[in-house]
Amino acid sequence: MVIYAPSRNRCQAIASELPPPTRRHTPDRMITQDDIKQLAHLARIKIDPDSIGEVTAGIDNILAMVDTMQSVDTRAVAPMANPHDAHQRLRPDTVTETDQRELFQSQAPLTEAGLYLVPKVID
Amino acid sequence: MSIDFHRRSATELMTALDSGECSSVELTGHFLKRIERLDSALNSFISVCGEQAMTAAKAADAARSAGEAGPLCGLPIAHKDNLCTAGVKTSCASKMLDNFIAPYDATIVGKLQAAGAVMIGKTNMDEFAMGASSETSWYGPTRNPWDLSRVPGGSSGGSSAAVAAGLTPLATASDTGGSIRQPAAFCGISGIKPTYGRVSRYGMIAFASSLDQAGSMGRTVADTALMLQHMAGFDPMDSTSVAIAVPDFSAALEQPVRGLRIGLPSEYFSDKLAPEIADVVHAALSELEKQGATLVEISLPNTALAVPCYYVIAPAEASTNLSRFDGVRYGYRCENPQDLEDLYTRTRAEGFGDEVKRRILIGTYALSAGFFDAYYNKAQRIRRLICEDFEAAFQRVDIIAAPVTPSTAFPIGDKVSDPVEMYLQDVFTIAANLAGLPALALPVAPAGGLPVGMQFIGKAFDESTLFRAGHQLQLATDWHTAQPEDAS
Repeated sequence: MVIYAPSRNRCQAIASELPPPTRRHTPDRMITQDDIKQLAHLARIKIDPDSIGEVTAGIDNILAMVDTMQSVDTRAVAPMANPHDAHQRLRPDTVTETDQRELFQSQAPLTEAGLYLVPKVID
Repeated sequence: MSIDFHRRSATELMTALDSGECSSVELTGHFLKRIERLDSALNSFISVCGEQAMTAAKAADAARSAGEAGPLCGLPIAHKDNLCTAGVKTSCASKMLDNFIAPYDATIVGKLQAAGAVMIGKTNMDEFAMGASSETSWYGPTRNPWDLSRVPGGSSGGSSAAVAAGLTPLATASDTGGSIRQPAAFCGISGIKPTYGRVSRYGMIAFASSLDQAGSMGRTVADTALMLQHMAGFDPMDSTSVAIAVPDFSAALEQPVRGLRIGLPSEYFSDKLAPEIADVVHAALSELEKQGATLVEISLPNTALAVPCYYVIAPAEASTNLSRFDGVRYGYRCENPQDLEDLYTRTRAEGFGDEVKRRILIGTYALSAGFFDAYYNKAQRIRRLICEDFEAAFQRVDIIAAPVTPSTAFPIGDKVSDPVEMYLQDVFTIAANLAGLPALALPVAPAGGLPVGMQFIGKAFDESTLFRAGHQLQLATDWHTAQPEDAS
């Protein structure tokens, strides 16, 4: 379990219980441009090299605001994913949808013979 | 023919239709003409469907003549542009969906149509509902009809501006962190965010699925109740829809507030609240006290954590939801992609605006390996603390009253360069979304010539008590009747 205590504007992980040293964003190290490049890759969003500094600074500011929540001890609190603590409702395992491929593909940028077309993946 | 239709409430317009004072064709034509004349200054609509609306209005008049009028038969309505409408563009105010024609209606669009409402168009909003000013729209900012140099709030700023300016009597809206209540407050109208699960999300383009909830906007609390009556209810197509009976909201409106216990959270009425906002909210609460309600000071001790908690959960869910926009199945695709990776990354870079991309990156960070516990899991635990605050408060009170916004509508461009400052606009509204509770915004006395809103937050599925308090206040006051001059 990781415990967090308040700091000036960044979360301060208690040394004895630090997570493995994979963290990029820590109190003594702001989020870096390399971090943003990695996030952009994960999110499949191309970022113009000229704007990466601005994007990095903007996200770092937001994370500083978000990190104010790290000061609260939540070890005894269970996570809440749904405001009513509801679980996923299941429906009977029966076919309810009819095939509407033509209608749906009418919205697609590029199709052929009922298939969605993308650039060649395998030569 | 009367020319003051735009000054009447939806409830009054239904009476006019039912009594034969006007037809739906006359009413619909009146609002379409106002849109044509006034919306170039406001930019509150992305799409106006005049021809389709007039056809629907004729059908409504025919249904009425045949004795088959539904409860909203012939009443014009506008839909926020994140609700799918078959055959009419649904853009979410994004370049990504500028060419998207939904193949089906959102459940609530279908329900309102079945009740007889006539769709006149789709309203502007912040792109993918991410914003508090309606400035991030691909189609340009919407302007506040009270002062064209100011924002109407967001993300449902097109809906709120259109209702306030008398371009439509009713509009749908959605609220993920305050997107119904804050624009309602900035534009001087009423709007309700129902309990999470009360209204179907099927066909509403997802932003943050555990927070999003559609609701109604109108000139009066009674109008929002009338409209919500015909939106609410269980929908098997939405797995988070809750199977619970929808009460008769109109009956609740008539109940006096004598004996009602109204909680005032000290964290919301702190000395940080602008005095001009505090004064007019207190004046409204005094009126309810005069009617026999009891004001009780309460505490919601984790209030300050709501904004940081929200800015983990909402972006995390958004980054997941918006991964579907890949340039393959629908929406925008970049020109001449070199390979599949280039197709994805350039489509998303060119199709999304800066705020949407910023939130996707934050959400990706919060969900990434090594950070999930410190951010997403942590925020979910904080979310429970915020819920528990409300549960404790509702042991002592029936509803909670609070301001909606820390200030009146701010000038266009004032906060676009400072996202954190923009996010703090929702400091009073976000907690109700995290807790899934219903919350009703309604106008109180203006400050400095601009509208001010107050909100009532209720117990889960108890929208009725919110409507009761709001309507009884509006019966005794006239703040909700103020309307801006027509822009020219």
